[in-house]
This record gives sequence, structure tokens and C-alpha cells, in this order.
Amino acid sequence: MDNASFIIQQLINAIFLGSIYSLIALGYTMVYGIIELINFAHGELFTAGAFIGIIVLAALQNIGFVETHFVLTLILVFGMAMAYVAVLGVAIEHVAYKPLRKASRLAAILSALGMSIFLSNGMMLSQGVSDRAYPAIFGLKGFSILDARIAYGQIFIVILSLVLMVTLNMFVNWTRLGKAMRATAQNQTMARMLGIDIDRTIRVTFMIGPALGAAAGVMVGMYYGSVRFDMGFIYMIKAFAAAILGGIGSIPGAVLGGMIIGGVEVLWSAFLPSEWKDVTTFVVLILVLYLKPSGILGEHVSETRV
Amino acid sequence: MAKEDFKKFIIYSLFLGVLILPIVGFPGRSFEAARAFTIWGGIVGILALWLLNKTIRHSDMYQRTAAHLAPLRSTVLRKFTKFPTRYYIFLLLIAVGSYPLLANNYMIDVGITCLIYIVLGLGLNIVVGLAGLLDLGYIAFYAVGAYSYSLLNLHFGISFWLSLPIGIVIGAICGCIIGYPTLRMRGDYLAIVTMGFGEIIRLVLNNWDKLTKGPNGLLGMSKPELIYPAFSKGDFEWVVYSLKSLHALYYLMFVIAILTVIGVRRLDNSRIGRAWVAIREDEVAAELSGVPTTWLKLLAYAMGAAFASVVGAFFAAKLSYTNPNFFIFMESCIVLCIVVLGGVGSIPGVILAGIILIAVPEVFRELQDYRMLAFGLAMAVMMVLRPEGLIPATRRKRELHDMSESTPED
Repeated sequence: MDNASFIIQQLINAIFLGSIYSLIALGYTMVYGIIELINFAHGELFTAGAFIGIIVLAALQNIGFVETHFVLTLILVFGMAMAYVAVLGVAIEHVAYKPLRKASRLAAILSALGMSIFLSNGMMLSQGVSDRAYPAIFGLKGFSILDARIAYGQIFIVILSLVLMVTLNMFVNWTRLGKAMRATAQNQTMARMLGIDIDRTIRVTFMIGPALGAAAGVMVGMYYGSVRFDMGFIYMIKAFAAAILGGIGSIPGAVLGGMIIGGVEVLWSAFLPSEWKDVTTFVVLILVLYLKPSGILGEHVSETRV
Repeated sequence: MAKEDFKKFIIYSLFLGVLILPIVGFPGRSFEAARAFTIWGGIVGILALWLLNKTIRHSDMYQRTAAHLAPLRSTVLRKFTKFPTRYYIFLLLIAVGSYPLLANNYMIDVGITCLIYIVLGLGLNIVVGLAGLLDLGYIAFYAVGAYSYSLLNLHFGISFWLSLPIGIVIGAICGCIIGYPTLRMRGDYLAIVTMGFGEIIRLVLNNWDKLTKGPNGLLGMSKPELIYPAFSKGDFEWVVYSLKSLHALYYLMFVIAILTVIGVRRLDNSRIGRAWVAIREDEVAAELSGVPTTWLKLLAYAMGAAFASVVGAFFAAKLSYTNPNFFIFMESCIVLCIVVLGGVGSIPGVILAGIILIAVPEVFRELQDYRMLAFGLAMAVMMVLRPEGLIPATRRKRELHDMSESTPED
């Protein structure tokens, strides 16, 4: 493999990984923007999405649906995973976040963490401790540019995440509900005075953010071929680093941060020992928080928030 | 009122059905209806009990009886609280001290684990409870203690007692290393960064094969030894007694736990402890009143780390073995659960929660798998219903209830 194709290969890998991190980071950023709380259960919601994907896919494969209606299968898998996780997100918000909206921050964080532990163990008990194999529907088919192999699965995943991001951006910028979300993020009290239903806005945020995470979960499962109940943890940290790097609360920032984190990780694994690659993410996270806590595209973060 | 509750009950049940049935019903490739519906049924049953409880509590008869019983309840409570605390402490000490004489080896082992987690909880309590800094990577310091003892003992043959102060210093330095970059952070940022640090330490232990032997772990550390003089037939000699038996280890841990309780108590009531509370309440105000916040925050991390380091060394010595997988994130969560459920900032609370959370799942072995599930749920529920914990610290209770402006029954 010559240099050019090596670069192309790594670039494709970076974009692929970056788009997954971006999707998860969007969930963090949206929730943080609205209620100024990190949704600790986000990593578990991501995993739940992956599991629902596996369940739906296996069921469709059993009845031989995948071979006959390939596109419909994809829509069903992603749609059901996202819908389920959206409902789960709302449920978590109702149980663990809503009653603590006025309580101290420590209480809210601990409750979120408790929810995360609960979900992770719930998935472990119901879905088993070991890796579960994802039904391979894309196979290894793909094409080559120079010597670089690009799987159709990768292309599909990158395109789907782009579509989701653009849709989200349109939703937030152009619809009434999106406007309400932006207003709530800016100033909750004022938004309430102007007649915006804060509870509903928060509920919608808790549907959209986790749903994007669920889509990322299905993508990870489809691409890597297996899911595990605790895989959300490492993705959560990376996506969080992405959200912080881009500037928490900013939607383009989350995408940018995700791409950078993905790029750094791919670069690291390409040239340096890959068992240390997770450490780099933590180091990036700590450096960003130390040097520029508002991130690249973030607004000024006040003292009390950080 | 009752109608509204009933409506809520129906909605919640259906909602939970949607959530539970798919994820529980498909452990494999096919739908297992029995399993899914049993679990859903159980949860609906719990909801029904809640509905029943609420209905009874709102009924006239219950309220009338409760009004009658209220004076009786308060007199009984007063009788109990009148009894001086030192008698309770004395009784507790006797019970814990005589426990190994009555228990078998397995139960003594559980007792040691309990004590280890109590000390860890008390150490974390300094960071979370007093200084108000949420630390999700606390178990890393435990790992630092365990590994520093193991390495010192294996490579240099340094004894347990000598490596304790060295371990404390290394732990405290690690605490400061983690504390320094996070000085400006609060709340959730701090939580994530400390979690990251905890993982970094675990990954380093796991990947640095030359020093730590990676996932295989280190093996063959010597047990703590006591050296005492003996006079036999007029001769004077030093006798080395190795603390190998579980009884001996239990009493060693018991001593460590007592020293920790005394230490944390003294800290709590000291100038430093009050300064920590001031930082927790309002950092800016504390700084303006002349509290050196930077140093005190670092000190909180270092102190917490030092306690964890001591227990870590004990843990490594007890097993004569360590490996990085003892120090996963879930362990940090368990310690945090102990602090939170017991009551943030409360020493008796942490002790009680440590006993409940570690001993109860050991006694009911079949519930072991559901342990973390219950802990997580308990943590969330506790924060919503009773944020001050099982045995609240007096100061903390007052402030929490002032803030929410609600008037609890008691």
C-alpha cells in the first residue's frame, strides 16, 4: 500500500469515526445547552439503541425480510432504535432530572449517574454479559480508491449521519419548536414568561439527543459487528471530549469536536501504539478544559458553570 | 385526587411496558414472553403498592390514627436520642471487635471487605462531602496504594509498615496531580475529568507491561508483620509475627478503620474542615473571607487520596495479589454510592451504608447480580426523595431543607 492510499484510508476512517462521535456529542450538547446538566446516562442510551437495533435486525432476518426489502430494513432498524431510545430518554428525564431541576447541582449529577448505573446493569442483566454479534447486513462489499478499501457500510454510515446532522440543524433553526429550544437555552426564565412551555421543550430535547445517540449506537454495532452492555462508557467519554472541545452547547461545535477527536484517534492508532489511544482522548479533554474551557466554538462559559 | 393517581398508574404501567418488553424479552433471537411479562408484572405490582400506599395515606382514618400516634412517636424518639452517643459507640465497638470470634472465615472476609469500603467511603467523604468536589475516579488512589506497596515490596523488599507512609505520600501526590488541573472546574465537568483520570491510571497499569505486568497483575507480596520483643529464659529476642490469618487481618483493618474515623472526625470539626465546607457552599465568598481555596482544594484531594492509598496497600497485602481489573469505574461508583446513600458528609451514615451495601449482597448471594442495578436506582431515588442520605449530617440536613422550602414530616 503506497502513501497516497494510506492517507485516503486513514482519512475515511477518521471521517467515519468522527461522524459517530459527533452524533453522540450532539446529544450531550443539546441537553447541556438546555438544562446545563451533563446527561450521564447518554452512553447507556447509546448502548440501548444498539441493542434495540440488534433485536429488530435479528427479528427481520428471521422472517427473511432483509434480503427482500433492504432499504426498508434499514429504515425500520434505525427508526425503531431511535424511537425506543427517545421514549427511554423522556422516561429518564421524568424520573431522574425533572424533580431535581431546582435542587443543587451535586444532587442532579448524582441522580444522573445513578440512572446511568441502573441502565447499564439493566442491560447487562437482560442482554447478557458477553459480546453480542450484530447480524452482518452490509458484508464486506466495497470499492477501492487506489489501494484504499472503502466499505459500503462506511459510506452509508457517514451519509446517514450527515443527513441526521443537517436535519437537526434545520429543525433547531427553522421550526417553532427549535426556536423554543434556543430560547430556553438562552434564558429559561424569560422563555417561560414569553409563554414557551419549558417542560415540553426539555422533553423534546431529551427525545432528540438520545435518538441521535441511538442512531450512532446502531451504526457502531453494524460496523464493528458486536455490541456489549458496557461499550457506552468509552464512547461517552470520547463524545463528551468532543462536545467540550467544540464548545458545549454549540451544535456545529459538537460536530467539529467529534471530527477532531476521531481524527486524533485515527492518527494515533496509525502511527503510535494503539493500546494507548484511549489515553489521548482523556489528555485532550483535560487540556481543553484547562486551557480553554469554552471550547472552539463555544460562547464564554461563566465561572459558575465550569 | 385518587382518580388522578389511578390515571397516572395506568399511564406509567403502559409506558414501562413499552420500555421493558423489548429489551427484556429478547435475550437471544426470539421473544421470551414469560420472562418479559413476569418482570413487567413485578414492576406494575410495585406501582400498584405505591398507589395503595398513597390512597391509604390520604384516607381519613389513617390521618386520624397518625395524629393520635404523633406524640407517642416523638417521646420514643426523644428517649433514644437522650441516650448519650458514646454508649452507642461503645456498643458498636464491642460488636465489631467480637465479630470474628463468632463468625466463620467467609464472614470474616466479608467483614474485612466491609471495613475496606467504609474507609474508602470516609476518604471520599472528605472530597465529596466536605469540600463538595465530585470525584468519580476515586478508586484510582486505591489502585495507587495497592500498586505502590506491591512494587516497593517486590522490588525493594520494603515492609508493609514502611511502605505505608511512602504510599500515603505517593497517593497524596497523585491526588494533587489530579487536583491541580481541575481547580477551576466544578460540578459535572469535574466529575467527567476525574472519571477520565481514574481511567487513565487504570489504563497505565494495564498497558505498562514492564512495570506492572499488565493485566496479569503482581503476585507474591508479603503480608504485614508485627515485630515484638520476647523474653524467654532471660534471653531477649525479637519475634516476627506475620499477620497471615484472617483474624489478624481483620483486626488490622479494624484498627485502620478506627483511626480513619477518628481522623475524619477531627478534620470535620477543625479549621480546615470548616474551610472546606465554606468552599463547598460558596467558593467566591470563601476566597474573599481569606480562605486559601487553592491549597485547601488540593489538600482535600490529597487527604482523600491518602486514606484510599492506605487501604489499597492493605488490600494488596491481604490478597498478596493485585491486577488492574480490581480498579474499574464501577468500584468508584460503589464507593460513591456508599457516600451518597449514607448521607453526604455524615460519618455514621457512611459506616451504615458501607455495611448495608457490601454485606447485604454477600449474605443474599442470589441477589448479587442485581446489586449494582439496585445501587444505581437507589442513588437516583435517594437524590429525589431524601437527598440528605440515610443518616444526614446535621449541618447538611438543615441547608438542604431550607433550600427546597419543603417541610418534611419529621
